[in-house]
Amino acid sequence: MSNLDNNAGPSVHMMRSQLGRARGLGSAKIGVQHWWAQRVTAVALLPLSLYFVLSVIRLEGHSRAQMAEFIGRPWNTVLYLCLIAALFYHLALGVQVVIEDYVHKDSTRIASLLAVKGACFFCALACAVSVLKLAF
Amino acid sequence: MKNVHEALMVGRNSEGKLVSRPLSPHLQVYKPQMSSMTSIFHRATGCALGLGTLILTYWLVAAAAGDHAFAVAQAIITSWLGLLVLFGFTVALFYHFCNGIRHLAWDAGKGFELPEMHRNGNIVLVATAVLTVLFWVLGFVVWLA
Repeated sequence: MSNLDNNAGPSVHMMRSQLGRARGLGSAKIGVQHWWAQRVTAVALLPLSLYFVLSVIRLEGHSRAQMAEFIGRPWNTVLYLCLIAALFYHLALGVQVVIEDYVHKDSTRIASLLAVKGACFFCALACAVSVLKLAF
Repeated sequence: MKNVHEALMVGRNSEGKLVSRPLSPHLQVYKPQMSSMTSIFHRATGCALGLGTLILTYWLVAAAAGDHAFAVAQAIITSWLGLLVLFGFTVALFYHFCNGIRHLAWDAGKGFELPEMHRNGNIVLVATAVLTVLFWVLGFVVWLA
């Protein structure tokens, strides 16, 4: 901290009182929803990711037509769509926490949060549409 | 300083002088421990899996796009580099899966005692290795069959 280098110590130039600075801090009252959604999607992903891993082994070396036939079976279509929804939601929530922890500059943080959430939404939609196109 | 966040890192000492509050030392000061390393790996594998979803997206979109696009995707994924990336992906997936169960147990208030935490941390590492080997053995068996 360069503030400690000189004997003068840090100086604060701000048109706000100590009380004004402290007010409004603390819980934003929306953290529980994020925390809970992260756990709910995590629990959902336990069976779904195992299903996904097994389906990949099952599809190994198969042609595109065989893959479409497999994904087109109703349970597989639904399970793949569930996987896509839970996976990208869980991913968006997780990366959000990482960005909020390490990116301190407001403009960069907001820009990267928007970019990551947009990318998650885009990829989720691309996956879902592809699964539906294969199935129907 | 004019930034509110910076100003919050300032306090007064017993003489009433403004001083910067002390910060805890950075990561490299600490000895690697089961608790910190498994936590860091959880976050790192989570980020890696995030990049891995791009492969998943590419694979599904290519399959939906047509025979040619799918053949190209399969060729890329089953190349040596593709398989190497896929191997890393499975390690990250199984680690995040196993350690995720550990995190859910902690959320339920279980497994906080140090000896227990060390034990289930080791279980996570062994389970990751076992599941990864199992996946690839099964994968090769199905491939050859």
